[in-house]
Amino acid sequence: MGFERKDLLGTRDLSAIEIRSLLESAESFKEIAERPLKKVPALRGKTVVNLFFEPSTRTRTSFEIAAKRLSADAVNMSVSTSSVVKGESLLDTVDNIQAMAPDIIVVRHKFVGAAHMIAGRVGARVVNAGDGANEHPTQALLDMLTISEHKRLGPGLTVAIIGDIAHSRVARSNIWALTTLGVTVRVCAPPTMLPRELEKIPGLVVCERPEEALAGVDVVMMLRIQLERQDRLLFPSIRDYARIFGLNRQRLDLAAADAIVMHPGPINRGVEITSEVADGSRAVILNQVSNGVALRMAVLFLLGGQSYE
Amino acid sequence: MSSNNSSLLLKNIRLIDAGQNRDEKNLDILLRDGKVAEIAPDISFAADQVIDLDGAWVMPGAIDLHVHLREPGFEYKETILSGARAAVAGGFTSIACMANTRPVNDSAAVTRFILEQARSAPAKVLPIAAISKGMAGEELVEMGDLSAAGAVAFSDDGKTVANSKLLRHALEYASLFNKPLLCHCQDNALFADGVIHEGLISAAHGLPGIPTLAEDIDIARSIMLAEYLKVPIHICHLSTAEGIRLVRSAKDRGVKVTAEATPHHLFLDERAVIDLACGEVLDDSLKPNQLRYNTVTKMSPPLRATTDVSALREALADGTIDVIATDHAPHEATEKAVEYELAPFGVIGLETAVALGLRLINEKVLTPLELTARLSLAPAEILGLDDRGSLAVGMAADLMIVDPELEWTVDPEKFYSKARNTPFAGWRMQGRVVKTIVDGKVVFNL
Repeated sequence: MGFERKDLLGTRDLSAIEIRSLLESAESFKEIAERPLKKVPALRGKTVVNLFFEPSTRTRTSFEIAAKRLSADAVNMSVSTSSVVKGESLLDTVDNIQAMAPDIIVVRHKFVGAAHMIAGRVGARVVNAGDGANEHPTQALLDMLTISEHKRLGPGLTVAIIGDIAHSRVARSNIWALTTLGVTVRVCAPPTMLPRELEKIPGLVVCERPEEALAGVDVVMMLRIQLERQDRLLFPSIRDYARIFGLNRQRLDLAAADAIVMHPGPINRGVEITSEVADGSRAVILNQVSNGVALRMAVLFLLGGQSYE
Repeated sequence: MSSNNSSLLLKNIRLIDAGQNRDEKNLDILLRDGKVAEIAPDISFAADQVIDLDGAWVMPGAIDLHVHLREPGFEYKETILSGARAAVAGGFTSIACMANTRPVNDSAAVTRFILEQARSAPAKVLPIAAISKGMAGEELVEMGDLSAAGAVAFSDDGKTVANSKLLRHALEYASLFNKPLLCHCQDNALFADGVIHEGLISAAHGLPGIPTLAEDIDIARSIMLAEYLKVPIHICHLSTAEGIRLVRSAKDRGVKVTAEATPHHLFLDERAVIDLACGEVLDDSLKPNQLRYNTVTKMSPPLRATTDVSALREALADGTIDVIATDHAPHEATEKAVEYELAPFGVIGLETAVALGLRLINEKVLTPLELTARLSLAPAEILGLDDRGSLAVGMAADLMIVDPELEWTVDPEKFYSKARNTPFAGWRMQGRVVKTIVDGKVVFNL
């Protein structure tokens, strides 16, 4: 196989070959979801700990289903970050988990680099399920898997990512994966949510207006707007945001006729995307969710299942 | 320090002293009763102790006007004694300690406590008092009482005096006592929850950024106040090209502004956050996973862009930056061994600063004379210490002896400081302080 890392911490450092081999492997896991008995023994006897320092029902459930379909023992551990700040340090928490000898630790944390810290500390394989605004590699990879079902994923393809780029790990992981694969990436956000110097990242086109970003594009990725950001003076109101940056039918018409619409979920209907578009024929939002399970099975398998080859 | 009724003759030295504008070889220097007694090519004097230095450099002891000694209140991080030991091991003979202790040094009682603790310390410890009570930015400290107790300057370092009226009155009132204000310039709202420089690395890695603007706006405000009031002001740890431009143009207009830069801002840029080695060939003490997001790269102001670093080096060379100061900020290992965004700001610097200064000579940024100006002469002038900063006859016999060829590797485990949070671990250095003398007495011997 083309994936020989101890951990999956991000897409930034992945080569095109690594990404392609992860996607290939995910393809082969897709059909398990179609079976009446949705289980293979690939990771029997392996322990996967879902260590979530930040609430996330979807991602955690997706990893849990992926692990269980591979016959691994999946254990969920939720730790509230506030109690961590006051009490046990991250490394102490992780040492405790390592002492129970898990094979894979899936970690979600609100701060950048937490998964890297853990990976450097433990012998277990670590999958980053989101670290602050940095990376969320399995989301980007499941997005690649979804795009490849509809489009030729490579040079010639143009993807627009629209929303709160500054605070989005989904945006970053997608930017790295897409640019590595030679895809042209346009990003668009209110200036308050666009990181300074983003334009210096090779392969990125920064667009001021969504109309510009959408023109003729093959794939539209809308990002979830975190409503609490309004308190931080980043935009005046949800209404104003939706008016200028929300994806509606008229704006979608600017994209290529066969453009697909993606969203990492959960969606804020009527904010970054109208219900008409979200439930429309071009939306592949639920395919993303299904592909998430297959992709995460591939990741867990490649990290933890070599001995079952 | 108590003065020392003995004599020490250092033979065959290269004297480097900006205060006398001398960089001369084949000299002897005689230290008597804690002071410089004579400098001449061949001194014959029956000194209590004679050391032949075989051409080693003798420079005035470095004076650090910006350190955090953590005592009282945070003795687990550093004490006055451990900090002073680190200082003399690095060539610093005087260190001025910031007021952000617990309790804050905002009263004569705390200042006296610090001086009392410093009696057994090998370096001269100079307390800096807070500008505002509790560093809360609301009421002025009793500057007269604090000056009389021994405070050498005022600073709410780490915090900015956001209230411009309070800062105005602090500048006015401190001028009564000829004590400088040392300003940590930062607009708190723009600084927000930032942890690294707002630039390419923060954009790419999602770490909250600290814009250069947060620093520059406050530097501009501070300079405008000093200019309006015609009083001196000292800007702490410049890190931005724009901040330098503001200081340079103020100096050109005759504003009495001085500025410092830290060694870490002169040697490291934002890229160190994701690759601590960053071009430097380190020894193998750091594991690969310790190179990314290592919290020893987290300090305030943050490591800036490469263009800021070059501007800083240029400003250090042309004198816009008067002083190299360490902003020595010790933290306990477990405090730094946390998520990057949660880690406290600050790195230590007392045991590496002079060696990095010597490296600036090797890299042709500074001449040896300019280095002694930045490390000794200018900080003494800013703090109004007229007995030190130079080795002219009659001055305090505070000096460092440097072997400019000695090669060594920075090993934090060997530090005298209680703390290990240096970004320079594993750096290979050329040139090192081999002896430090305070008031004529050898207080450090490598």
